[in-house]
Amino acid sequence: MTHFINLTLNGLATGAAYAALALSLVIIYQATRLVNFAQPAFALLSVYAALAVTQLTGSYWIGFAAALATGLTVGAAAERLVVRPIARVSPLNGIIVTLGMLLVVQGVVGMVWGNEQHGFGYAFSYVGRFSPADAFAVGAVAAVAVLLFLLYRFTPFGLRMRAAAHHPEAARLSGVRVGLMLTAGWAIASAIGALAGMLAGPPFLSPNVFDTVFVFGITAAVIGGLDNPFGSILGGMLIGLGGSYVSGYLGSELATLSALVIVVVVLSVRPDGILARPTARKV
Amino acid sequence: MSDKPLLQVQDLTAHHGAVRALDRVTLDVPERGLYAVLGANGAGKSTLLRTLTGLHPATSGRVTLDGEDITHLPAERAVTKGLAHVPEGGGVIVELTVEENLRLGGIWRGRHDPDTMAEVLDLFPPLEQRRGKPAGTLSGGERQMLAIGRALMARPRVLLLDEPSLGLAPMITEQIFTLLGDLRDRTWLTVVLVEQNAAGALSTTDHGFVLDQGRLAAEGASDDLLSDDRTRHAYLGF
Repeated sequence: MTHFINLTLNGLATGAAYAALALSLVIIYQATRLVNFAQPAFALLSVYAALAVTQLTGSYWIGFAAALATGLTVGAAAERLVVRPIARVSPLNGIIVTLGMLLVVQGVVGMVWGNEQHGFGYAFSYVGRFSPADAFAVGAVAAVAVLLFLLYRFTPFGLRMRAAAHHPEAARLSGVRVGLMLTAGWAIASAIGALAGMLAGPPFLSPNVFDTVFVFGITAAVIGGLDNPFGSILGGMLIGLGGSYVSGYLGSELATLSALVIVVVVLSVRPDGILARPTARKV
Repeated sequence: MSDKPLLQVQDLTAHHGAVRALDRVTLDVPERGLYAVLGANGAGKSTLLRTLTGLHPATSGRVTLDGEDITHLPAERAVTKGLAHVPEGGGVIVELTVEENLRLGGIWRGRHDPDTMAEVLDLFPPLEQRRGKPAGTLSGGERQMLAIGRALMARPRVLLLDEPSLGLAPMITEQIFTLLGDLRDRTWLTVVLVEQNAAGALSTTDHGFVLDQGRLAAEGASDDLLSDDRTRHAYLGF
């Protein structure tokens, strides 16, 4: 039983990073109907920025803030300068260009920081079952989810964001600057991606450190329904738990496989994702 | 108030690709009243409204509102000048609740305005009952009410309506026309109504503009257009 509890807690902590990354994908997908394949690269850049700032100032938390700030900036800049001019032509171009950004940003990080591993610390001690670092991971993602919910559901800014995402023309006619909302969505999403990076990065950073995390993150987003933020969080937790149980009971070499099994099972039962809403009628 | 018309359109031309959808349209819309824009399918009625609010770019010509040139203003600024546009189909956001749709209408004015909200809900009692429900659960007629209500939340000077009768039962269409008449009588609102249903629109409005292949083919008092057989047969099809 203790073993089971340990595995559950472990799974939740790992799942938190997947959930955050999945959430960042979903926010962008909701706004632009685009899967941002560059999200792990933005997270990578953000975490290396945190590494640099932490080395400079000696403070993890200043580095943490730097990561979020980098995420915000990179996300906004990518939408404004790269994605918007290209995705206007066709959505496929938009997806390809995010793949391109993934390679470029990963390459640049490798050029600047080298391809070797850099030690990178946790927010808190990672010793013990459900360590403070684990608790922080789960707590941070829960806090982000609640804040996002409040922001989207109860503020005028959130109403603008939702209107722009669901019906850009009606939003514009109501005076909403839809382009600005898209930029804001990319910025918020990439800051959450940076958080995912801060959770999943330690103990060692290298340019490919998020490759697996991204695979699990995008899997979590798909399980959740791709345009449902809560679904993506649930999906992330499911993948985290699945991986943890499978590696605990069956062997760690099978952990990756568990994600595949979860996807197949979930999507065969609910093809639109766990929390997919019934498709709304459009007039 | 100036004696100039509130909304002036001069030589307005617009294209869909290579096709000229609006061809040097010139018309004046004075303040306060109900105006119909009529014509066959593809005559350019919707394009006219969309070009007025900037959803569609003007190739040449000028649109002025109260003397101010708004021809090339982006669509999201139109409402800030007093132009509220209900697009074809209403543009109700089905994922948002009724109340959120209404709030969206007034969002450009910054802070929430319960007074206008109360006025609008008073105008459309069915919306009041379904305030917290997703707009996707409304019937066609209720959606059109919500679309108009959302536009009114912006406290516009000119309300542009694109085929509010589309897909509605005749009785509901009549209700909406009656409501527009009431609005005209009670407020300073100017309403420009694009309609396929020419007979219905002319019996409600004060003045009509008839478009044919992007050109202004006829205009006049609605009663005169109704009784002018030549215009009716040639352009309005009844």
